[in-house]
Amino acid sequence: MKHWITTTDHKRIGLLYFWTAFCFFLIGGLEALLIRLQLAQPNGHLVSAETYNQLFTMHGTTMVFLALMPLSASFFNYIVPLQIGARDVAFPRLNAFSYWVFLLGGLLLNASWLVGPLFQAPHLNVAPDGGWFGYANLTERQFSPGPNIDFWLLGLQILGISSLAAGFNFIVTILNMRAPGMKMLRVPAFSWMTLVTQFLVITAFPVITVGLVFLMFDRFFGTHFYVTAAGATPLLWQHLFWLFGHPEVYILILPAMGIVSEVLPTFARKPLFGYTVVVFSGVLIGFMGWGVWSHHMFSVGLGPIADSVFAGTTMLIAVPTGVKIFNWIATLWGGDIRGTTALHFAVGFIAMFIIGGLSGVTHASPPADLQQTDTYYVVAHIHYVLFGGTVLGLFAGIYYWWPKMTGRLLSEPLGKWHFWLTFLGMNLAFFPMHLIGLLGMPRRIYTYSPDLGVSALNLVSTLGAFLIAVAILVFLVNVLRTRTHGRPAPNDPWGGATLEWSIPSPPPVYNFSVIPTVANRLPRWKTEHHEPMRDPPAVPPAPIHVPDGSWWPLVAALGLPVLALAPLTHTLWLAFLGAAILLVGIYRWAFEPFDV
Amino acid sequence: MPRYRLCLLTVALAVSGCGGPFPQSTLEPRSDFGWAIDHLFTDIFWWAAGVFLVVETLLVVTLIRFRHREGRPAPRPTHGHTVMEIAWTLAPAVILVFVAVPTVRTIFATAGEAPADALKVDVIGHQWWWEFQYPELGLVTANELHLPLGRPVQLSITSADVIHSFWAPTLGGKRDAIPGRVNRIAFRADSVGDYSGQCAEFCGASHANMRLRVVVDSDSGFGRWATVQLAGPAAPAPGTLAERGKAVFARSACLGCHTIQGVSPGIIGPNLTHVGGRTTIASGLFPNDSAHLASWIADAPSLKPGSLMTRMQPPLTDADIAALVAYLASLR
Repeated sequence: MKHWITTTDHKRIGLLYFWTAFCFFLIGGLEALLIRLQLAQPNGHLVSAETYNQLFTMHGTTMVFLALMPLSASFFNYIVPLQIGARDVAFPRLNAFSYWVFLLGGLLLNASWLVGPLFQAPHLNVAPDGGWFGYANLTERQFSPGPNIDFWLLGLQILGISSLAAGFNFIVTILNMRAPGMKMLRVPAFSWMTLVTQFLVITAFPVITVGLVFLMFDRFFGTHFYVTAAGATPLLWQHLFWLFGHPEVYILILPAMGIVSEVLPTFARKPLFGYTVVVFSGVLIGFMGWGVWSHHMFSVGLGPIADSVFAGTTMLIAVPTGVKIFNWIATLWGGDIRGTTALHFAVGFIAMFIIGGLSGVTHASPPADLQQTDTYYVVAHIHYVLFGGTVLGLFAGIYYWWPKMTGRLLSEPLGKWHFWLTFLGMNLAFFPMHLIGLLGMPRRIYTYSPDLGVSALNLVSTLGAFLIAVAILVFLVNVLRTRTHGRPAPNDPWGGATLEWSIPSPPPVYNFSVIPTVANRLPRWKTEHHEPMRDPPAVPPAPIHVPDGSWWPLVAALGLPVLALAPLTHTLWLAFLGAAILLVGIYRWAFEPFDV
Repeated sequence: MPRYRLCLLTVALAVSGCGGPFPQSTLEPRSDFGWAIDHLFTDIFWWAAGVFLVVETLLVVTLIRFRHREGRPAPRPTHGHTVMEIAWTLAPAVILVFVAVPTVRTIFATAGEAPADALKVDVIGHQWWWEFQYPELGLVTANELHLPLGRPVQLSITSADVIHSFWAPTLGGKRDAIPGRVNRIAFRADSVGDYSGQCAEFCGASHANMRLRVVVDSDSGFGRWATVQLAGPAAPAPGTLAERGKAVFARSACLGCHTIQGVSPGIIGPNLTHVGGRTTIASGLFPNDSAHLASWIADAPSLKPGSLMTRMQPPLTDADIAALVAYLASLR
């Protein structure tokens, strides 16, 4: 137990990220099921309007910040150092700090479901209820007097610290910790996409942090950043939020694109087609992602010129995205495709992401978007991108790297069940939403009239959501079964080209007995130009020093939720206590003696 | 009716087992604004459908043709192909030009400019109802927007509290109602009808209950409606229940929030001068009949969560409520 709490090993932190994020994924999924139950029929009254608004707010917030981002982070942690031939990340204790801050931020956000009585609320649940996008001025104290929005803005501030710390850590890791000979254009595609993602994180999160600080000052100290009556405009929030929010979409999708770019070549037994193009289109998407934010605001009335410009930039970003898809198909073309579960999910990603991308083009056009925005059509779009894209991509990664991370292979037959149920379920759940939206149902409504004519479509969508839930249960059965009955994994169960497959599964604490020297981009494969590299010896030829764990990242992290409790409960001394814990943690961490 | 819409609706019908009607469908436009968007969407839809078919077919064919077979020789380790990369960069770029050009044209055509003779209406979003002011006619109403068929219309949309979004899908796209700003949409309805819509921007507890109706009438029908609206409220006949209701209205909290011309000046809630003539109450939630009116007056928040119209303290007696209902129903 102590070894897990004080760990600074990137592999253990990766597993902590995985299980924590997966629990939050299940919570976000339960919220989705309640939403779908409420909407299964018109005039539904399973939950109240207030609770429903909390459910969709927390579903979005949880899935984005507590499930998908940290699930990607679990692969950054576990896999990136192995792919680049490193013994750990650049700052192992900062890595532990990122994890603990993420966990505590997630717990603080979700505590809002249970602490109503502490805030004199008539209900148990005082969860955030302003939407994951938290539009001002609805989030001002005047319109949202309870603690709900406070939980949201403080939780997000804390989670932002976790993401930023991890972002810097992985940028330094990938730039500085590569094995000898691993030039930037020999870095595996997944690690490349991780690098691009982390640059987006460290540039996008400060923007939402500024927006949240303004909101915090408005709510706690009576400033007027978003108060119309004082001459401000609530549109300031929308610009700040989407200036963060659109890069955030790429923060969510680029890691999955990286995973797919690893899985396809391995199972087609062919190098990634157009590696350089795939990498640079990822970089280009990262840059262009900064120039499209106002396409979330076409109904705001920014004027025809601004609308035209943002329509143009938004359509342009479809080009590098399309290029990636063609390169993936070309990777498969001429291959010897083995239909493993990981490949199923990777191909599912491509097939579903195409749909999400194309519906995206239909609302890149501002006039068309005036009918589509804020309707279920957009709900369909984001779920084809974030479920059909990110979630299927992450599951491809889970089946692909599970043997490396746990030493056992997940069951393939159960995996296929998992895939097909997910595939069927997601299309039943999300495809009808296109029609529901075009037929005029807005999103974020807790009830709808039977007169709209969309009742049956909504019922189908709800059935699809439950099919997804069954698929997740199959996955959990697979995981439990694999713990006891799973086939032990050799170093390289799939015939992979990258360095993580050259070492035991799971890897020893030092990863590589000898740091490999990399001479090309596919070190473990034989190509027309080179022979496969020799795997590192099973026993280290010389002793390897591995640092001890540390308590101080956890202590420093504990200071943050205490700091957040101060404004939540309007208690000044908590602010001093939280700051003291944080400072002591950082101080002791900085001067922690290590035997070298 | 373009063919894609038939396809879409057929799918919808097959799934839903019923044929509509779909009163908020974006696919059945009833104004020039609606049609402009519809034509653009149809164009883009077909491009997207074409790309979908080509790429998904390519993917499936690749998977079948190159699936693993015993004895298949090891694949050639191809690394890329410059000409192909250029080709599949240019192809989507060219398609997007065909999407972008009509898009920009439609953006400028639907920017909310209206001819000089347009009927101007100010739309004000409130939590959770709609106020409609006709400055040139000098009249104010709520939740049911009446428009003449023969004239172009320009709506100037804003909000009194948080951000809402005015959306009547058959008549065109939505525009946000933002406090401190005015957004404009302009259109000309092409047929008489009773069109439904609702708030499209999440605006708090009862966002789902912020509905609206747009009644497009012939010019003479609209003229008659406007004349009635401009007249003062009907005075209840002496000795009737309605007259007692007027007295109840005048001595309870109602008058603090609602305007009835010549009776009360409140501006927080909807103007009730001609509430009896509306077809719905509570922002399009319920039919305007005595039973719904009575339960609305007794306890609005239970019918519309968060409603600013709180339960009356002390509560009104059933007799008072019956009288109020009679009075409000008489305000035609």
